[in-house]
Amino acid sequence: MEAKKLNLTLKIWRQKNSNSAGSFIDYKVQVSPDASFLEMLDELNNSLELKGEEAVHFESDCREGICGTCGLVINGRPHGPLAKIATCQLHMRNFKDGDTLWVEPFRAKAFSVIKDLMVDRSGFDKILQAGGYISVNTGGVPDANAIPIPKEISSLAMDAAACIGCGACVAACKNASAMLFVSAKVSQYALLPQGQPERYQRVEKMVKVMDELGFGSCTNTYACEAECPKGISVTNIARLNRDFIMAKIKNKEVEV
Amino acid sequence: MTKLDSKIPAGHISEKWTNHKFNMKLVNPANKRKYTIIVVGTGLAGASAAASLGELGYNVLNFTFHDSARRAHSISAQGGINASKNYQNDGDSTYRLFYDTVKGGDFRAREANVHRLAEVSSNIIDQCVAQGVPFAREYGGLLDNRSFGGAQVSRTFYARGQTGQQLLLGAISALNRQVDKGTVKLYLRREMLDVVIIDGAAKGIIVRNLLTGEIEKYSAHAVVLATGGYSNVFFLSTNAMNCNATAIWRAHKRGAYFANPCFTQIHPTCLPLHGESQSKLTLMSESLRNDGRVWVSTKKGDMRNPGDIPEDERDYYLERKYPSFGNLAPRDISSRAAKEVCDEGRGVKGGDAVYLDFKDAINRLGQHVIEERYGNLFEIYETITGENPYKSPMMIYPAPHYTMGGLWVDYNLMSNVPGLFVLGEANFSDHGANRLGASALMQGLADGYFVIPYTMGNYLAGDKPTLVKTDHPEFEKVAKEVKDLTNKLLSIKGKRTVDDLHKQLGRIMWDNVGMGRTEEGLKKTIEQVRQVKEEFWKNVTIPGSGDDVNQTLERAGRLVDYFELGELMALDALDRNESCGGHFRTEYQFEDGEAKRDDEKYSYVSAWEFAGENKWNLHKETLEFEYVKPAIRSYK
Repeated sequence: MEAKKLNLTLKIWRQKNSNSAGSFIDYKVQVSPDASFLEMLDELNNSLELKGEEAVHFESDCREGICGTCGLVINGRPHGPLAKIATCQLHMRNFKDGDTLWVEPFRAKAFSVIKDLMVDRSGFDKILQAGGYISVNTGGVPDANAIPIPKEISSLAMDAAACIGCGACVAACKNASAMLFVSAKVSQYALLPQGQPERYQRVEKMVKVMDELGFGSCTNTYACEAECPKGISVTNIARLNRDFIMAKIKNKEVEV
Repeated sequence: MTKLDSKIPAGHISEKWTNHKFNMKLVNPANKRKYTIIVVGTGLAGASAAASLGELGYNVLNFTFHDSARRAHSISAQGGINASKNYQNDGDSTYRLFYDTVKGGDFRAREANVHRLAEVSSNIIDQCVAQGVPFAREYGGLLDNRSFGGAQVSRTFYARGQTGQQLLLGAISALNRQVDKGTVKLYLRREMLDVVIIDGAAKGIIVRNLLTGEIEKYSAHAVVLATGGYSNVFFLSTNAMNCNATAIWRAHKRGAYFANPCFTQIHPTCLPLHGESQSKLTLMSESLRNDGRVWVSTKKGDMRNPGDIPEDERDYYLERKYPSFGNLAPRDISSRAAKEVCDEGRGVKGGDAVYLDFKDAINRLGQHVIEERYGNLFEIYETITGENPYKSPMMIYPAPHYTMGGLWVDYNLMSNVPGLFVLGEANFSDHGANRLGASALMQGLADGYFVIPYTMGNYLAGDKPTLVKTDHPEFEKVAKEVKDLTNKLLSIKGKRTVDDLHKQLGRIMWDNVGMGRTEEGLKKTIEQVRQVKEEFWKNVTIPGSGDDVNQTLERAGRLVDYFELGELMALDALDRNESCGGHFRTEYQFEDGEAKRDDEKYSYVSAWEFAGENKWNLHKETLEFEYVKPAIRSYK
């Protein structure tokens, strides 16, 4: 009962490693409209392997849009033409027979290409390791219901916490800024009572590492929000900026 | 030969863990940093273990094949986590959670372990909230609960349909804090390919650096495996693409016993297959069965659209067969019931799918309530299928999801190899023959936060702080064997791809070691699996080299292990001449199609010892049920 297959031309970025130059290579494929974009690449790789050629390297894992491993720029847009989905959730029924698709890695100064469509996003973890946590040890914590949190606040924190760390925000930004990613984590904790004790130290530490790693600054284009597969709002960036200014004042008080 | 000693502490079930905690030896705080612990995996069990052991002051090395610790597959868990808080005042208690879990596991789990799990469940929720996990809340600001299969109380805590993500990010935040402090060193993009055993105890691991291809050696006083389950043996499952059994399987080949390999869980609510190119199956959370009603047509091969089938021609078969649990019947039972109606030809348009319908719930509660509860799940459904589940019912079908089997461990979560600990889905311990919904997250975090920090100290207190050097001959020998395997794989240069052979294995496993198993089918499976394995070693093609990133080589290495594991799963299913939980032997059923256990003969854990290619020795750990007396597991 399978629907008629689509004939497509793929122009895929191939690059041997981070030191070599890359280029677009053309591939002709036939694919079922019910297949996902990454299943199309699986099929292409199967045909390449049969010819003894190396597979197009790309990363993916859960294929349900939650792990944040996948991420391709398709026709110039991170995670492809549809809003609020990750690359793995894009299905071929959204394309037309005869289409040409340009497939590239997420590009940013802080994300070097490892091979083909794989990039190094370890900078994100370095930012989180600088302070993206609440300092509690295992055990010895209060009963969960001892900390009532208004439903709407909890819900706002959840909106921010939904970030999957894929890096589309950085790839979408002309400055390759990581502000949406960093502000999502800062906001989650800034909104919750548990996050208050370290609120202002946290934001300063995270922003400092973000700057050191070569991520650009935010110039309010909102491209990040438009491409975010989880719809993380730029209001989180505004919250980060407010907290960052407050931190400058408050942390000074503490230092004295 | 090692004797199986479960090391269950004496005393009343409710005091075992408390007494054991007191009786275990401790490592002095100043001495902890002299001990190095390897933790493999950064999912709920691995990350919580690494963070908690780091907090205690041990020197922890934490490995993952992912590009970031946060990618571990725990992140995909949707529905929730159980805890016996009794916040709903509906009669929950530690004992009830214990009882439900033993019964849900069809009396094939170890009572003492399950009781400990229920005891620490409440602490897990406290811990996660303290970390800033944004669980769902009521208007008064307190935590909300929902119901899951196999329970008549509401004890499931959740964060929208992304509970696993939020719990994992909580555990990862604790891990990141320890990385920042320098107690945990995180090794990314490293795949564990072997364990090194010296003088009978686990002393290190061999990993492949997935970026450079280099084979690296790491030494430690103890090794913790928290590497997840093996559902991908079926090729199509709800597991992530890279989930694999390699770490536990290679440990098995070095002496660790593999327990109950045939206990696999087929999840009832997944999206049906769309075609040959399909790479994985997508789960729709069980929580949907709180409000969705499962049905098929009463007629065979009914080609009408669901909207055209009138109420009196619909069979709400779960509600009909199991009136007291209805649509929340446990997973094994719901899956088999779906298979049954589809085998009768009453599936959606005669095919392999059943309806999960929200029409009544939408009429009763309004679309906004359903949206709030399951919004993201409905979006996932629409993205994948192109159909709007608010308008027409979802179509679902069972798919391999979780593996209750895993490496055998004692009460301390240590395998039969001293110093080799196994946590989370990778061990066999708490779920028996069937896992209840929202219990996987609970077990992963219980093992990592609240069990291993105690039992590890007890083990290390008896070990000397001197660390084996990685130039020890045993390290060299194992590393060479790993390199040889890589070279052997690359040298075959045949004509079939890794995925093609994996799909062939998956089909054999699904047909014969899936939802219905027979003696004949299982015997045939063992032959067929050996044939595909032979074909693989003659005819697989793996382009590229071993000194570079090579995803094809990574997949091939995992498939090598699935062939052997697949055979053992069939062998275990063949040994177990009864039906229990996820293991349904067609020959052993009651007239109404319910599973027929044989407690006299099979009330044991099958622990398989590797004895060379295609050979295993079976060791049995007899299960004693002192508190929950085995009975026919009825949900009617």
